[in-house]
Amino acid sequence: MAVEAAGRPRKTGGASPIQSLLWRRPWLRISLLLLPPLGWFVLIYLASLALLLVTAFWQINSFTTQIEQVWNLDNFRIILLDPTYRLIIGRTIAMAAAVTVTDALIAFPFAYYMARVASRRTQTLLFAAVLLPLWASYIARVYSWILILNHSGVLNWSLQSIGLPPANIGYTYVAMWIVFSYIWLPFMIIPTYAAMERVPESLMEAAADLGARRARAVRDVVLPLALPGVVAGSIFTFSLTLGDYITPILVGGAGSTFIGNVVYSNVGIANNVPFAAALATVPVAIMALYLIGAKRLGAFEAL
Amino acid sequence: MVTAEAGSGARFRLATAAAAAVIAVTACGSTGNNGGSTAAPPPTANMKPQTTIGPGEGQLNLIAWEGYTDTSWVKPFTAATGCKVNAKFGGSSDEMVTLMAGGGGGQWDMVSASGDADLRLIYGGDVRPMNPDLIPDFGDFQTFFKTPPYNTINGVHYGISLQWGPNVLLYNTKKFPIKPTSWNVLYDQANKGLITVPDNPIQIADAALYLMSTQPNLGIKDPYELTQKQFDAAVALLRQQRPLVKKYWALAGDEIQLFQNGDVQVGAAWPYQTNTLRAGKNGRDFADTIPAEGATGWGDTWMLATNAPHPNCAYMWTKWVSTPLVQAEQALFFGETPVNVKACAQMEKLQAGSCAQYHADAPGSYFDTIKFWKTPIATCADGSRNCIPYSQWQTAWTSITS
Repeated sequence: MAVEAAGRPRKTGGASPIQSLLWRRPWLRISLLLLPPLGWFVLIYLASLALLLVTAFWQINSFTTQIEQVWNLDNFRIILLDPTYRLIIGRTIAMAAAVTVTDALIAFPFAYYMARVASRRTQTLLFAAVLLPLWASYIARVYSWILILNHSGVLNWSLQSIGLPPANIGYTYVAMWIVFSYIWLPFMIIPTYAAMERVPESLMEAAADLGARRARAVRDVVLPLALPGVVAGSIFTFSLTLGDYITPILVGGAGSTFIGNVVYSNVGIANNVPFAAALATVPVAIMALYLIGAKRLGAFEAL
Repeated sequence: MVTAEAGSGARFRLATAAAAAVIAVTACGSTGNNGGSTAAPPPTANMKPQTTIGPGEGQLNLIAWEGYTDTSWVKPFTAATGCKVNAKFGGSSDEMVTLMAGGGGGQWDMVSASGDADLRLIYGGDVRPMNPDLIPDFGDFQTFFKTPPYNTINGVHYGISLQWGPNVLLYNTKKFPIKPTSWNVLYDQANKGLITVPDNPIQIADAALYLMSTQPNLGIKDPYELTQKQFDAAVALLRQQRPLVKKYWALAGDEIQLFQNGDVQVGAAWPYQTNTLRAGKNGRDFADTIPAEGATGWGDTWMLATNAPHPNCAYMWTKWVSTPLVQAEQALFFGETPVNVKACAQMEKLQAGSCAQYHADAPGSYFDTIKFWKTPIATCADGSRNCIPYSQWQTAWTSITS
């Protein structure tokens, strides 16, 4: 190779020694290319995760709140044994699951229509409609829900103007469930749509040839093939709900403490970083299990 | 902006004797192992405060309560001194302590700390002594606020008192046409779903204050010094209250919104919320009161960070907020009481009758009726170590509210 390269007539301004070295050694090229992002990933991302894990085994001085590097398992013991934290973890997981199921139920027919029924033009419009809310600030969208759901909000006003009793769902679990489902819906629709679009029309025709009606074909052909897309979307909706703490603060009522809120208040208010770190490992562990399950269902091929 | 959810923060003390022994040896100062012994002097006790105010540094970074850095007195300050004020709101005393501890590298200059944060800041070494001789108005302060126990230790001033005020009962006058006379409205089943209280562990003291008059046999003398039995009674009361609460509010603005939208009708508040609500839409629907059981209250202090990068601007600021006019302006804006007795006349000029309304002319005995916030520590007034320290207040608060 090197001989061939040397034998070629030289062009003016030809390859510099570095260029030719990189050309001759493809592995070097790839290493150099990957070094910055990999280095970033290892240093910034993995190192901070490792630090998080290490900190979880320390403690603080309860009066001055300074970290004391005394190795112990007390933080984890409290999380496992104190009913308060079991309640908070259970509540967070239940909400994440409820939001995920809700979003899947809404996203499936929507994505089906988008991918398989709508015209090209409608499809573009629907796409824009799904993505449009993501351009607006998260806080603004949550606050707009407060304006809808609170006592003198649009919802109660509308109900009362048609003679129905007010639905006082502001500052409740229901409010949080609605807002979470709304906020994360696009993250479910897009992967479901992508999976649905990949189902070949010929399979649907084959199903029809074999006598299946449309509903049967959707159930037996589209659903299994689109499932990895739904599971991929559920990774987003589940993990995003699991880690969120802003919606519970703004929309939640009494007893709306989530894992994220306890982590936040331990870092920002109580200055107990070790305990926050220990608690933060809980969603990491839950997501690890979730991802293993999702991989089995083929979610990563659908991303 | 996203606000801190104050108070649900839990801090945990480890119970193991081994760990405690290690801490006792390694703890800085000798703040002890369960948050309370304050036998050793604060870490910054020997730092000599400056004796003159040099030229301003052009910047001033403050951690302040919402409403403490209103443009009406910040703008003239910047115009006069060239110190540009950058303020961050602290949602709770706990958050302020955390911000100051995290800013040890010199990010912050001053904090408008309340009495329940002061001892933690002082013994944490986050604030340093200040020189009251550089504050000309200091001589005109109410005697109590020259050396209140929460900011003055062994005669060393760790900050200059600013304002004080009571925690009031805020209510909707449509729901309560007759002014409530007891805090029991916050514990009453009849008001289920209409109540809001601050998301702050120091709320336990409010329950204790209520128990002082409703269950005198508990023998509570000071709502911040509770034995295990008294503490348990207060926590039990708050657990009963929990299903009645619509929302634990984190920032004053949250509570104002809750009242304005009719989501809640009664709650524990600061006079600031009342003033804001009364100035807004349907202002006459809102009023506040100090019920018969008395009230907890706060005494706030501007404290100087140990590594303050702009100490001269900090002193200029303290001088400025201690002057009678600014004291009066802030008092009326926030609904609190100035520590400078000369502010009374200024208040009357700005709003007739306000001096008496806010007790700015109160005699010394009045201060005994307000139970000022202070950090609960393990050492009780009688010197025994049976009292419940603040870290346990936080833990209990998390389990009550979640």
